[in-house]
Amino acid sequence: MMNLITKLIGWIDERFPLVSTWKAHLSEYYAPKNFNFWYFFGGLALLVLVIQILSGIFLTMNYKPDALFAFASVEYIMRDVQWGWLLRYIHSTGASMFFVVIYLHMFRGLMYGSYRKPRELLWIIGMIIYLALMGEAFMGYLLPWGQMSFWGAQVIVNLFSSVPFIGPDLAIMIRGDFVVSDITLNRFFALHVVAIPLVLVLIIVAHLVALHEVGSNNPDGVEIKKHKDSNGIPLDGVPFFPYMVVKDGVAAVAFLMVFSAVVFFAPDMGGYFLEYNNFVPANPMKTPEHIAPVWYFTPYYAILRAVPPMFGSQFPGVVAMGVATVIFFALPWLDRGPVKSIRYRGPIYKTFLAAFVVSFVGLGYLGLMPATETYTLISRILAVVYFAFFFLMPWYTKIDACKPEPDRVTSK
Amino acid sequence: MTDNVDHSKRRMLIAATTAVGGVAAAGAGAPFVLSLQPSERAKAAGAPVEVDISGIEPGTMISVEWQGKPVWIVRRTKEMLDLLPKHDEDLADPSSSIPQQPEYCNNATRSIKPEILVVLGVCTHLGCSPTFRPEVAPADLGAQWAGGWFCPCHGSRFDLAARVFKGVPAPTNLIIPPHMYLSETRLLIGDDDKSKLKGGQPADRGAAA
Repeated sequence: MMNLITKLIGWIDERFPLVSTWKAHLSEYYAPKNFNFWYFFGGLALLVLVIQILSGIFLTMNYKPDALFAFASVEYIMRDVQWGWLLRYIHSTGASMFFVVIYLHMFRGLMYGSYRKPRELLWIIGMIIYLALMGEAFMGYLLPWGQMSFWGAQVIVNLFSSVPFIGPDLAIMIRGDFVVSDITLNRFFALHVVAIPLVLVLIIVAHLVALHEVGSNNPDGVEIKKHKDSNGIPLDGVPFFPYMVVKDGVAAVAFLMVFSAVVFFAPDMGGYFLEYNNFVPANPMKTPEHIAPVWYFTPYYAILRAVPPMFGSQFPGVVAMGVATVIFFALPWLDRGPVKSIRYRGPIYKTFLAAFVVSFVGLGYLGLMPATETYTLISRILAVVYFAFFFLMPWYTKIDACKPEPDRVTSK
Repeated sequence: MTDNVDHSKRRMLIAATTAVGGVAAAGAGAPFVLSLQPSERAKAAGAPVEVDISGIEPGTMISVEWQGKPVWIVRRTKEMLDLLPKHDEDLADPSSSIPQQPEYCNNATRSIKPEILVVLGVCTHLGCSPTFRPEVAPADLGAQWAGGWFCPCHGSRFDLAARVFKGVPAPTNLIIPPHMYLSETRLLIGDDDKSKLKGGQPADRGAAA
């Protein structure tokens, strides 16, 4: 039996780089041995991707991308399709969990300086994934054709119409109509189900290729490749397979327990994962009392609302929102600190990072709330803090009193 | 490196983890596979169909839809029934030994009442719906033709008991669906469980005519 398997692998290996690929990316790919809790989320993001693709395929089998039938077909999935309610709740929970995992994954990068040289491109590819994911989530949210689907898309597409000169035509081109309509639904379906997932998978592969080229960063922010044994193996590295696979496996089980708890006990998560108004069919004649995007967009939405109209245009708010999203791309060049990891940074960076977290979470909360005067004022303050984290970074990281980095990774 | 690993314990742990993981994966996969089954809507569309057969003239048939497929109901004449046993040697399965019919229709006329034939109008070759040709010895079907069905797709021939002739592509007789009489003139297609009848009505799903 074993002999037969060895022969088969040998046969394949003469025609396809099976064993060498396995070695290069798993059994002889060395990950730093001091990985901690924060290093689970990359693998978990991959797990959620698989969950979303699988549940998405099965939803597509019963969903109808037609304004007349879309809402009813989602209800059909919920009521009539065998286990359809579970498939749908897995997919809707997966969407929110994707952002939970990705935000934690990005925060890890901020803490440990994972975007710093030589991982700038890895970070940029990751940011492209994040933007693609936002597009994917936004378009997916239109498909149930509920009130929030409709009015959310209406508001977001109208943001584009505030762009000077080309705005109105741009918005019409995105919708394919003068209002969000059946045509918009149909094309968002095509993009959500075919185009963006294809792009996502491709850039995620690129993300992994880039990662495996430079190797993982770690909580100490020092390169394990600097110290190798006589065989060229990093002294502080452990083979990804089996060690990290098993470790990530435990994280995956724990994550799936949380995931299942949401799916089975709180699939709408109190209106945050599935908004109550979205259980009402889309009605172009009536805007709901209070509309807010899904929670993962609300920090940016709060920034949009915080900026007052200038020169009779709301374009500055749109620009602020756009800059707030893409500013992450510039991080590798904004950060001038002599060390990567928060463990060896001085008090200034730690304060700024803490303030940034507070502003991001705070804006996220305010984006869900109605825009009262007090809330708008707080939003403005938090937006300033948000941007200060990035725009002042070249200075405060340079003057910060950093501790010396260790030569090799530390672990207890 | 000294090999002080307890290999048998390691093998046991790997096997146990794989087994538990396998059960979990199968459990998680089950809803996906089961969602491919007919939905409640499809099941409702596949509910039994009630038909009034009093209007069918002798020698003619009507076609009703059951589970999205045509079901033929034919009122055969005395002459038609008399011709049935005359061509047994030309048939592939004259005695209906292949179970293409419920037990109560496994007889010479393949029906509950001799004159009324209920049959699924789907060719057993590749699923076309054959054409009703009740006339005897028409020019295009030849002098031997004693009435029956001719499939336009690949030329399969069936007699008036929906039995297949030898030498045609279709391998078996046409299927007789489960059915029962609710009264002299009312027929229920798709269900033959008489215990569900309450005062002549199907007890569970309302039958759509």
